Amino acid sequence: MNNVLSDLSATAPITATVIVSLLLVVVHSFTREFKTGLYWMTLGGILIGIYLGVVTFHHTGYAFNNMLMIGGFASLMDIFFLSAAGFTILLSRPYLERTGGHYGEYYPMILFATIGMMTLATATDLIMTFVGLEVMSVTLYVLAGWTRKVKESNEAALKYFLLGAFATGFLLYGIALIYGASGTTNLVGISENMEALKGNVIFIAGCGLLLIGLAFKVAAVPFHLWVPDVYDGSPTSVSAFMSTGAKGAAFAALALIFSVKFQFMDSQVNIVIALLAVISMVLGNVVAIAQTSIKRMLAYSSIAHAGYMLIGMVAGTEIGVSAILFYIVAYMLTNLGAFGVVSIFEKENRKNLEIEDYAGLARRRPVLAALMAVFMFSLAGIPPLAGFFGKYYLFLAAVESGYTWLAIVGVAASLVSVYYYLRVVVVMYFHDQSSEELVLLPASSMVSLGLSAAGIFLFGVLPSLLINTFRNLF
Amino acid sequence: MHEYAFLIILFPLLGFLFNGLLGRFIKSEKLVGAIGSAAVGLSFLVGAGIFIELLGYDPEARSFMVPIFDWISTGSFHVQIAYQVDPLSLLMVLIVTGVGFLIHVYSIGYMHGDRGFWRFFTYLNLFIFAMLNLVLADNFLLMFLGWEGVGLCSYLLIGFWYDKKFPGVSITWTGDAGNKAFIVNRIGDFGFMLAMFLIFKEFGSLHFNTVFDAAQNYTPGYEPIFWITLLLFVGATGKSAQIPLFVWLPDAMAGPTPVSALIHAATMVTAGVYMVARCSVLFALSPDTMIIIAVIGALTAIVAASIGLVQNDIKKVLAYSTVSQLGYMFMAMGVGAFAVGIFHVMTHAFFKACLFLGSGSVIHAMHEEQDIRHMGGLKRVMPITYWTFLISSFAIAGFPPLSGFFSKDEILWRSFADGSLLLWLIGATAALFTAFYMFRMVSLTFEGKPRWGPDKHPHESPSTMTIPLIILAGLAAVGGFVGMPAFITEHNPFESWLAPVLDPAARILALPAHHETGLEIGLMLISVVVAIVGWYMGRTIYTRRFDIADRFVQSYRWLYSLLLNKYYVDEAYHTAIVDPVVKGSEKFLWLTFDVGVIDGIVNGSAKMTRALADVLKRIQTGVVQNYAAIIFFGILCILGLLFLG
Repeated sequence: MNNVLSDLSATAPITATVIVSLLLVVVHSFTREFKTGLYWMTLGGILIGIYLGVVTFHHTGYAFNNMLMIGGFASLMDIFFLSAAGFTILLSRPYLERTGGHYGEYYPMILFATIGMMTLATATDLIMTFVGLEVMSVTLYVLAGWTRKVKESNEAALKYFLLGAFATGFLLYGIALIYGASGTTNLVGISENMEALKGNVIFIAGCGLLLIGLAFKVAAVPFHLWVPDVYDGSPTSVSAFMSTGAKGAAFAALALIFSVKFQFMDSQVNIVIALLAVISMVLGNVVAIAQTSIKRMLAYSSIAHAGYMLIGMVAGTEIGVSAILFYIVAYMLTNLGAFGVVSIFEKENRKNLEIEDYAGLARRRPVLAALMAVFMFSLAGIPPLAGFFGKYYLFLAAVESGYTWLAIVGVAASLVSVYYYLRVVVVMYFHDQSSEELVLLPASSMVSLGLSAAGIFLFGVLPSLLINTFRNLF
Repeated sequence: MHEYAFLIILFPLLGFLFNGLLGRFIKSEKLVGAIGSAAVGLSFLVGAGIFIELLGYDPEARSFMVPIFDWISTGSFHVQIAYQVDPLSLLMVLIVTGVGFLIHVYSIGYMHGDRGFWRFFTYLNLFIFAMLNLVLADNFLLMFLGWEGVGLCSYLLIGFWYDKKFPGVSITWTGDAGNKAFIVNRIGDFGFMLAMFLIFKEFGSLHFNTVFDAAQNYTPGYEPIFWITLLLFVGATGKSAQIPLFVWLPDAMAGPTPVSALIHAATMVTAGVYMVARCSVLFALSPDTMIIIAVIGALTAIVAASIGLVQNDIKKVLAYSTVSQLGYMFMAMGVGAFAVGIFHVMTHAFFKACLFLGSGSVIHAMHEEQDIRHMGGLKRVMPITYWTFLISSFAIAGFPPLSGFFSKDEILWRSFADGSLLLWLIGATAALFTAFYMFRMVSLTFEGKPRWGPDKHPHESPSTMTIPLIILAGLAAVGGFVGMPAFITEHNPFESWLAPVLDPAARILALPAHHETGLEIGLMLISVVVAIVGWYMGRTIYTRRFDIADRFVQSYRWLYSLLLNKYYVDEAYHTAIVDPVVKGSEKFLWLTFDVGVIDGIVNGSAKMTRALADVLKRIQTGVVQNYAAIIFFGILCILGLLFLG
């Protein structure tokens, strides 16, 4: 019993989030119209979770028989995903109130997904990885179809679920093969036997399938096909959360399993990852050019960014992992901001979702347009914004580990991306406005956007704040 | 106290932010001016406090690092935002903030009623902030940041009155003069950057102490060091207006006069001198560069002084005088007298700031008239301006015991003792010219009968302007005593103060420690005579014997117009460089190369990418079965790669 208590307190951020989310369910079932209370309770719970993440930072180690990491890396992951959840909550309330999906269950659902992300990112046992992934995914299937009267939303949920189940099958099969080869599902145990396992065909096949399962979640080509349809059909606030939290958690798991624990270097797996990186960057960026809908454009952009982050996987080791972690933060802040602007600008019945609808926004809503410009510039990787250093560290990691050609492809691909990011800015600032109508700027959404922008500037000017911490994690 | 050194930087930054963000909403000029001035004054107080603290330590212990944060950290390249407080940087801090504060106060009076009042103080504080970064930086990159920052402020302030005409060679507006200053400085900055690249290649760091400590193990004459120092000096010729890049400084006079005093006389233009002193170890390792510096310095001193002899615009005379004095400083650097050069930086800051502010007071009184031929007799109507101007003129001319005497005299002595007779002769001739053009200007402006029209009603300036003048004149008079030659005092206090910073270079140069005192006194007497002759000629010709000047112009008309037109350097640059570059850019680079080749490639590849996008987007059919098939195909490929590849 004592052991369980100490394990629970060592994983305090997750424990606290579980308690708060269950509490939300209970409270909601008794008071149907208490949504404001739920909103504040959720935000409060997230703040407590973040605080606990900070507190537990220095107690590193493992909990629950080496099934979860604690402290250090785990605390940072908890803080990131809780923050992403917090930003999402701030964006969601005004958005859902407007588009008619403001049900109280939304808040615990977001927290459930967050719990899944935290578990997935910090699991050191493949069973826990699977549990985390499923908790996250199943909740997101539901959230994708949240606005149940919108047919695109239903379509998104169903597509996401079908393809997700398909991919999960491979992931689970991969875990089974790894277990068959090594006799354990525990990453700590497996990594001790790595030398013996490296030549084992069954183990390699297991790793390949595990990689495929996670590649589906991070939206790498050719497992990206669900992304445009799902991001486009889901409520925008949910797209924001999926594209940042879910992608970040899957990447954290990828980095933890493959780079930190398995340390696959110079192997076939690395070549596969490099290939996935290249086709994700090229296809994502090129097809994004042809998009007219802002959400689909951001979806393809998200595919391309998965490609960039895979470069860090190829580079491996400390420098690659720290670059991925930095990118996760930079990308989370930026994409939450970009989708946040879209959620503010969107009108009922999926109106105002074309890029051309943004024409002249700079004149009508200068602050909103300026924020969107910041997010676009950060996505394009222009200094002094966080997106610049994110890309910079990834490419640097590639160069330092001997994959200069990969960095060159990355630079060329991000060059292409500048076109469609800047097109949004051009439309907002230089095209004649299509309508005089003013969108409302809800305070809660604006707080979220302001924090995003502040973070983007902060980590763009002082990247050392984060990167030095990341480099000392493992 | 030194742990508070970051405050020195912080106050001007806060002043800049305050006036920059809120200044436009503040109606009261007094508030804007007071905040701008206080920001600099507080920095000065902190600097003075640290100075007193350092005096209590052993000379070797007077150096502190004040790290702020890691700026850039990638691979093997690490740069901090960190400040180095040592005798040299602290001295510069005191000069910059001390003189800067006085000029800020002066500006409250001078800029009174200007619609850009708050903008002016915003720029001034930004300048002080950048300049302090330049002198306090503990690495080359941060110094370069300050270096570029002061360049930006210089540009902004030269073109401050952007709607005002300013005549010059291919210049019409003040903005053109700002452009000229900025572009000419780019050439020097490029040299500075190349030098930084070479330093990083050679030493693997941009941190001053790391580089200088490593450099002390090199033998003099090592070639990479020659290129490093030469390129650094190219940077210095830009910022400090030396041949061949001096042409921008006279046109920089388009800015308001306090700007000329602060940036283009007392502080920014001496940045190159400071940089050479800071890198004295590197320069000492390259005797060839030292010779180049000494020669360029001497040539600049004499060329600029000779142009100054015939200029009629009061600020132009002072501008050429500044260029010439900067030449002296580099001459000192070139012969290894680093401390002496810095000494002249200090005394020059006092008297040249006073002279510029005095000229501003005159211009103010004469309703924007700047031509000294239309002045005269002003000493009765503006006595304070006259007396302060006169004291500073004696100081710059090198009359004992005023400050300029000690610093300039020591430069001349060292250029003879450690340099050559020729250097000394050039320096002494330039000194004669200096005394002459200064008293020509004093006589034409203040003495004799008024030559201004009845529409002008000159009057003494308000006290915000005259008090800084009085303080600066006082400093110009007595400021030299801290650097009295070694044969008068036991040891030269100024040089002992800087010794911890400059000794490593002195050890490399291994100059003889004591020169003959007899020689020093002899040379000193000669310079006094030179100064008196210059003073006498300038005063006599331009108060009583105008005929001598007229006759000279008649008989040497070619020489006169050569000097009046500044050796036609601007015209030569324009014909040889500016015009070909502009024409070449227009005709070939733009219309042929850019439009044809570059745009062709860019648009072509854009079209191809777009076409590719239209093809690839068809993969997205929207049918889940297709998606699953593609995913399955992808899985097969990956597994194939894993086992067959």
